[in-house]
Amino acid sequence: MMWIYEKKLQYPVRVSTCNPRLAKYLIEQYGGADGELAAALRYLNQRYTLPSKVIGLLNDIGTEELAHLEMIATMVYKLTKDATPEQLKEAGLEPHYVDHERALFYHNAAGVPFTATYIQAKGDPITDLYEDIAAEEKARATYQWIINMSDDPDLNDGLRFLREREIIHSQRFREAVEILKEERNQKKFF
Amino acid sequence: MFTTRKQYEPYISPFDPCPPIRVKTYVTAPNLYIGFQPPNLPQFPLREALMKGTLWKVFYDPYYSPYETKTKGDGS
Repeated sequence: MMWIYEKKLQYPVRVSTCNPRLAKYLIEQYGGADGELAAALRYLNQRYTLPSKVIGLLNDIGTEELAHLEMIATMVYKLTKDATPEQLKEAGLEPHYVDHERALFYHNAAGVPFTATYIQAKGDPITDLYEDIAAEEKARATYQWIINMSDDPDLNDGLRFLREREIIHSQRFREAVEILKEERNQKKFF
Repeated sequence: MFTTRKQYEPYISPFDPCPPIRVKTYVTAPNLYIGFQPPNLPQFPLREALMKGTLWKVFYDPYYSPYETKTKGDGS
């Protein structure tokens, strides 16, 4: 397959205050264990060895995670692009600045670099889907904790959108499990 | 129907160093309750759905900081 890129964000990203500390929290969803990069790579890799009926779902959700990754990147960029080294220092970002200046990097809020060990592809469909459900719930919880730490209403608006998408993705993975559980030749009742 | 916020009262020691949080809250999102989505559920208008993050009213469960909304304080 190939991707079509639409040059706009999935949801408009607005940031009301120059607050590099929020960038430090948000980077958890960029290069953290339960972040959008981990999600996208996990689903887009697992999809090859899942039953045909649910491959399309992982393809679609994995693609959407890339759109979420782009939103997080935009938030982090906006929060840091005009910050002085002094402001970055106050926000606890001086280790980041020393290594990356204002560039984004795939690490978590504590500066731990991204690793493929965050994700799994077990080749067992139920195992993989259960991991995916857990990943969505962990990402949902992470968004809650970032919203709790943030006092930026515009930023929180975008985070609420992303959190809602986690709920929907979890729902769809749960439905995928139901599809794979289904006994053959039985009438469906809803 | 179901609620998407639950509360419990943790044990409070007389010797706790910080002022106790007497009621703890956690989220139980709609995806825990619905199973395979039934047909013909109510929808948001399309433009609204794009902003809310879901087309389906039953799955819309926004989260606000309990520290941001003084009135509720339970993340609902």
